[in-house]
Amino acid sequence: MNSPVAVVGFAQTPCRVRPDVTTSGVEMLVPIFAEVFRATGLTKGDIGFWCSGSSDYLAGRAFSFVQAVDAIGAVPPTMESHVEMDAAWALYEAWVKVLTGEAEVALAYGFGKSSGAQLRRVLALQLDPYLLAPLWPDSVSIAGLQARLGLDAGLWTEKDMAAVAARSRGAALGNPAAQVSEEVAVSELLARPYVAEPLRAHDCAPVGDGAAVVIIASQARARELCARPAWIAGFAHRIDSGSLGARDLLAVPSASGALLACAAAVAGRAAEVSAVDVAELHAPFTHQEILLREALRLGDQVEVNPSGGALCGNPMFAAGLARIGMAAQAVMAGRAGRALGHATSGPALQQNLVCVVEATE
Amino acid sequence: MDHPLRASLEIEFDYTRSLGPVLSQFMTGLRARRILGTRGVDGRVHAPPFEYDPVSAEPPGELTEVGPEGTVVSWSWMPEPLEGQPLGVPFAWALIRLDGADTCMLHAVDAGSAAVMRTGLRVRARWAASRVGSIRDIACFEPCDAPAAALVEPETADEAAVAITVTPIRLHYEHTASPGESTYLRGLADRRLLGQRCGVCGRVYVPPRGTCPVDGVPTREEVELPETGTVTTFCVVNVAYPGQRVTPPYVAAAVLLDGADIAFQHLILGCEPGEVRMGLRVRAVWGDAGTISHFAPAGEPDAPYESYARFL
Repeated sequence: MNSPVAVVGFAQTPCRVRPDVTTSGVEMLVPIFAEVFRATGLTKGDIGFWCSGSSDYLAGRAFSFVQAVDAIGAVPPTMESHVEMDAAWALYEAWVKVLTGEAEVALAYGFGKSSGAQLRRVLALQLDPYLLAPLWPDSVSIAGLQARLGLDAGLWTEKDMAAVAARSRGAALGNPAAQVSEEVAVSELLARPYVAEPLRAHDCAPVGDGAAVVIIASQARARELCARPAWIAGFAHRIDSGSLGARDLLAVPSASGALLACAAAVAGRAAEVSAVDVAELHAPFTHQEILLREALRLGDQVEVNPSGGALCGNPMFAAGLARIGMAAQAVMAGRAGRALGHATSGPALQQNLVCVVEATE
Repeated sequence: MDHPLRASLEIEFDYTRSLGPVLSQFMTGLRARRILGTRGVDGRVHAPPFEYDPVSAEPPGELTEVGPEGTVVSWSWMPEPLEGQPLGVPFAWALIRLDGADTCMLHAVDAGSAAVMRTGLRVRARWAASRVGSIRDIACFEPCDAPAAALVEPETADEAAVAITVTPIRLHYEHTASPGESTYLRGLADRRLLGQRCGVCGRVYVPPRGTCPVDGVPTREEVELPETGTVTTFCVVNVAYPGQRVTPPYVAAAVLLDGADIAFQHLILGCEPGEVRMGLRVRAVWGDAGTISHFAPAGEPDAPYESYARFL
């Protein structure tokens, strides 16, 4: 077993529609880098490895992530990498770098200007390029297909879905980064019109722009950087078939598989891994929270998405990283002994990542 | 501060993809109004077919025909179709299990109204009048109880198997320039070259970047630069390409404006390409509507190598 690695810092921008910012992310990243450096006492020279998550399709230009490197002050040259995925996967790469001893302190960041184009249409380009993308099936419609399957199967009702939204929106009142928040009754939500029957607006994450950053450190450095580091107990990701019509959309084996892999990483305490106090789930649609609770075996005692979750702010390519950051923050602030951060990618929960953090080294 | 400049950005290109043996058969089948599937080692018939069995990873055996009728397994309603989608009028997206298949095909159903849609609805493929070997050879599906449109087209003669599929992509963005870029572009309209100086290292960046890439801090101090500079390095472009605005051969160079700490790329015209050299002193030649057309030799002695060496 390698020496443990801990999350020692997290910052995020508020999720908003930002017509004033570029797709390069620089304007959003500079302030949150400053914030996380202030909190940890680190400077850019202390970062041994940088890894970002973003998308050219969101930016509308090739190699868009290269411009974001301005925000990190990469002179003299620094060790840097990028994933064309949610930055939760950038954090995974950073974690491997620290585990293998190539870096002691690493920083992962994600940014997305989701509002630069019609997001649900742009996301059609992540689909199978032969059989699906030429039809331009949009992300909301595909989520609607998954929601209907669960409705037909009796796994949830539209009222259950609205209850997820109402709870999330209420919780988001305490989260200044949230884009959407309100105290609202389920009956009121159900009276609102469909946007893609069976989905209403509250069933879908809003379109918003934002960025997030997480710093992790080796065992040797973590305690000097953070009074109560969030030690990474398990970190894994899995993917399901890209064939939407061949996959069981009511099971999320990649989420369960990632959880099992996390459990396997902590031999002897496997059962504890999903016994978390807090879970931050990256569920951009209400029914997906219900699916993920099941797949990740989260009992009723677990506080799910105290931030309001992605349903109240889903900056593409940053929201998954922010879930891990929020989970880690719950541990760092002493609100949780163990917390789970989850990120998803692809249509209808195709790809899933789980990161379990805890106060005990 | 003025608002950043914004403009629409249209991106258009074709994805041209080779199909491989399985999808080639599938697409060739669609062209002939046949939908093909294949049986996996788990006993399920996959339609569309897999390229490699999800269980055994083996390529499929012979493909067999399924459909063209099927059953709606799930659906969602699209009240305002988006550009590029199969129908321009409200329609349903559906997972359709074709007769003879166990997996589903995602496609559109022209149901007219959400009230017509239901799980279990029987639908059939409506073929596109012109078929090229694409998933869009199926125009959409339609309820089986709707009157079938008569196909008046002649049967096409058997052609070669479809080997490539072309997917046109059109994306529309609202592009926002950074505050620094906006300052620079507004300066150009007044024939001024504006940069910014980093408050930490003192380096001058033109166009302004908003952030010092050395220090990672915001840059705020505005600096006006002269329209003269030095060619630090260059290349002679001999290759023609679509959309090219200058006839080759011509020179693209890194030009270091006097007082700047970073070179930018521009054209060097007004002399033979062979006359361009490192250290050549150049001056901006203004074009229309807030642009620098190119740089041209300034007629000054060359800058000594040491004066620009650290910017190479």
